[in-house]
Amino acid sequence: MILVWLMVILFAGGVGAWLAESSGSEHPRAVALAALLLDLFLVVLMLVAPDSMGLGAVDTVAQLGQRGDWLVLFQSDWIPRFGVSFIFGVDGLGLMLVALTVFLGLMALGAAWGEIHERSGFFYFNLLWTLAGVIGVFTALDLFLFFFFWEIMLIPMYFIIAIWGHENKEYAAMKFFIFTQVSGLLMLLSILLLVYFHYTSTNVLTFSYFQLLGTQLPASLGYWVMLGFFIAFATKLPAVPVHNWLPDAHSQAPTAGSVILAGVLLKTGAYGLIRFTIPLFPEASAQFAPIAMTLGAISILYTAKVAFGQSDLKRLIAYTSVSHMGFVLLGVYAWNAQALQGAVMTMLAHGFSAAALFMLAGGLQHRIHTRDMDQMGGFWGVAPQMAFMAMFFTVAAVGMPGLGNFVGEFLVLLGSFQVSHTITAFAALGLVVAAVYSLIVIQKVFFGKNQHNHRMADLSGMEFLCFSLMMIGLIWMGMYPQTMLDMAQPTLESLNVAFNP
Amino acid sequence: MSSAALIDLLQLILLTITTVVVMVVAGFKRDHGLINAVTQSGLMAALFVFVFIEPTTPLQVTPLLIFDEYSLFFANLSIIGGIGVSAMAYPYFEKHHQYNEEFYMLVLCGTLGGVVMAASNHFVSFFIGMELVSISLYALIAYPLHNAKPAKAPLEAAVKYLIMSGIASAVLLFGMALVYAMAGSFEFRALAAATSAVEAGYQPVILVGYLLMLAGVAFKLSLVPFHMWTPDVYEGAPLPVTAFLATVSKAGMIAVAMRLLLNAQAFNFGEITVVLSLLAAASMLFGNLLALMQSNIKRMLAYSSIAHLGYLLVVVIAAAAVPDLLSVEGMSYYMSAYFLMSLGGFAVVSALSTAEKELDHLLDFQGLFWRNPWLAAVMITVLLSLAGIPLTAGFIGKFYIFTTGVEGQLWFLLTMLIIGSAIGLYYYLRLIYTMLQDPNPALRDDPAKQSLPAGLHLVMAAMVLAILYLGVYPTPFIETLQSLAGAF
Repeated sequence: MILVWLMVILFAGGVGAWLAESSGSEHPRAVALAALLLDLFLVVLMLVAPDSMGLGAVDTVAQLGQRGDWLVLFQSDWIPRFGVSFIFGVDGLGLMLVALTVFLGLMALGAAWGEIHERSGFFYFNLLWTLAGVIGVFTALDLFLFFFFWEIMLIPMYFIIAIWGHENKEYAAMKFFIFTQVSGLLMLLSILLLVYFHYTSTNVLTFSYFQLLGTQLPASLGYWVMLGFFIAFATKLPAVPVHNWLPDAHSQAPTAGSVILAGVLLKTGAYGLIRFTIPLFPEASAQFAPIAMTLGAISILYTAKVAFGQSDLKRLIAYTSVSHMGFVLLGVYAWNAQALQGAVMTMLAHGFSAAALFMLAGGLQHRIHTRDMDQMGGFWGVAPQMAFMAMFFTVAAVGMPGLGNFVGEFLVLLGSFQVSHTITAFAALGLVVAAVYSLIVIQKVFFGKNQHNHRMADLSGMEFLCFSLMMIGLIWMGMYPQTMLDMAQPTLESLNVAFNP
Repeated sequence: MSSAALIDLLQLILLTITTVVVMVVAGFKRDHGLINAVTQSGLMAALFVFVFIEPTTPLQVTPLLIFDEYSLFFANLSIIGGIGVSAMAYPYFEKHHQYNEEFYMLVLCGTLGGVVMAASNHFVSFFIGMELVSISLYALIAYPLHNAKPAKAPLEAAVKYLIMSGIASAVLLFGMALVYAMAGSFEFRALAAATSAVEAGYQPVILVGYLLMLAGVAFKLSLVPFHMWTPDVYEGAPLPVTAFLATVSKAGMIAVAMRLLLNAQAFNFGEITVVLSLLAAASMLFGNLLALMQSNIKRMLAYSSIAHLGYLLVVVIAAAAVPDLLSVEGMSYYMSAYFLMSLGGFAVVSALSTAEKELDHLLDFQGLFWRNPWLAAVMITVLLSLAGIPLTAGFIGKFYIFTTGVEGQLWFLLTMLIIGSAIGLYYYLRLIYTMLQDPNPALRDDPAKQSLPAGLHLVMAAMVLAILYLGVYPTPFIETLQSLAGAF
């Protein structure tokens, strides 16, 4: 039930924020902050004292007859006509991602705090609804429900880009929406095919994840059904052939939007692959794994090269996101314990580092009204705190040992090396290229001469707080990753990490 | 005639009485408000008598009409359409138009036609119902004609509809004649037996008859390639009439067509499935493609309605392969969703328009979200529902189409459905985006600020609530629909 509350608080908080605007344009952000802090409290409660949450959950677990450690479960009928029910549950993986969502929600709020003054009520409404949708995606264990939230999180994000975005927002918002929606329809078709075949073989009409696990599909069809899921998740991730909505959406979105997009929305794709695509279609996925891993390696190298050629700061960071998510794709399809652990770590660490980098880029744009790196230079002297933060998070993104990203990428490479030497060798080159494009950013923006004599304020207190929190997170992940690895372990075990492509 | 039959006929009787009352009252006192009130209360009464009707056992009243849950459902849908249209018409015509009273009489006649079609299982009542709708529409479309400055070109639209619809009726009639000549029956259910009894050599004549009828029906439903009239007539007609065209005339027609297809077992002719599939695929594709190029909202909604009837046809075609139960249920659901969306969408455009000036250009909607959040919120809900986004009725509707399509293994049509939906997203989003833009500063006397009668607000609120309710918790509604299929 607590999972439902997480979403209800955000949905209600969104409406409250919208209503609060009439009493003052600064009130909505306070309402949003209250809702997010309340959610954070609940999440921390779940993390620290999971036992207190599981009241009655054990019984439901037994009824559903699934494997693994589920911390919190909620079940109730929704549309019995189609065998659709509300099933929410988190295990270690889901809980970490929910925590990431709420935490980055607070960071996004921090980014918007000083930036969004116009129509602020509707902005915070959309922000909170997006987060609620994402939490739904991470917790839904009924395929219909999952698809429902998958679509729900799009619309508020569309509004955020379309209303508060930058110069080319219409194009970017439209592209974002159409890419995700169309790939989503393919997934819907796949879901229905899966359910239909489960129905014809067992005479039980259900969308429940647990019951659909292990459905035997005709071999040729299984591959296509799997592909429907894969395309939807790969679009969201994004992986190379379907990635090009992302640079537009990221660069045009307001800072808070970019933070949520990069930090949280991309992770829903990776989560979908781990939770749904591979467990539901183990054979077809094994068959497909070499292709997916190749796509992952191509994503890493190709987008790293494209990033190198960008002069728009936000576009550059967007491309590096695709590159890092390539590691996740590689790790997921290598499908052994190390690679999967690495993929999960990369998801979490990238959430922090990409969010921080987008906040920095957004902060710069807010101060000097351009994202063009050719206009920048020598900012170390003007804003030393900001420059230090930029240095830190860039180095983190590159994969400096001691920080979270290194642990993730290293584990992915370690795992995938056991599966394919060639692909891993190419993917590892990505680490080298990453160093090149990152150094370019630091050099162009913070070193050199301040040719245009930009004057700007250094970090505000709010910004400093946000960056420090994310910094602590990354250092923790880098120094003591065991916390996260232990949480993800039972989930990954329950997913039958056995198949060897 | 038994008392049960009289109770079943009550909706028809009430609508007829209201029509006569409106005519008589208008003869004594021309008062727009009064006539509108009489019409609304007549329609409300006709809607709420359904509580007294117990259609669990189908009842044949005269050879022409059958009353069952299916007929009751579609009759109610038609009446709701009539209520919505009358609510839109009042602010639209008030102040800018002199003789408004006959308008309501025509709306009542048209609604009556919709109810007759819903209950029809006989060629004669089918034709009577259809013509009641069509003939009312000829006059309704041309209604603002004597206005000094009509907003659009009603005469052109009316003549276009008159000629085209006349031909379509003739084609349909000829089809009926061919079927009757061979099978010797007007009654749908009897046709099934009669058809199989006809000698094999004469079967093609029956098939041709069915196909001609299909052409007539496709015209009224504006399916590609019988859609040519739709955008012009939608644009030229006054807004409340456009709403009527998009809802009541379509619901009645699809109801009777579905009954004919299933009761007469027309799917035994494989060719009918093929032709229907072609119509559906072309409608989904061209409806959406052509909607893409429109900057006029009425034309855009016209093309989008073509596409949506194409989607609807997928469920109808699936009836050839899946159990009738699911297909009838899916068709009724999608029709209801489409009904709510169309009515809501046209209500918003209508709220911004009057008989002298219709604000139906894309640019008229610029910044509506900031000028009048309520109207824009209604429109956004409608558009998201049309695009099939979760939380709305349109999503569950699309879900039904996908489900029946997968069960009927209609892969080609499902592919077209996905392509069509992808294109559709673009123009729905464009309108949403336009509403979210900053308002046009050149816009002086802003029509979005004028006050509207409570009735129209009520209609819009009801549509939005219904769309959201059916999207979030459809279970009770689905249970109702499941019992509909018992009629077959």
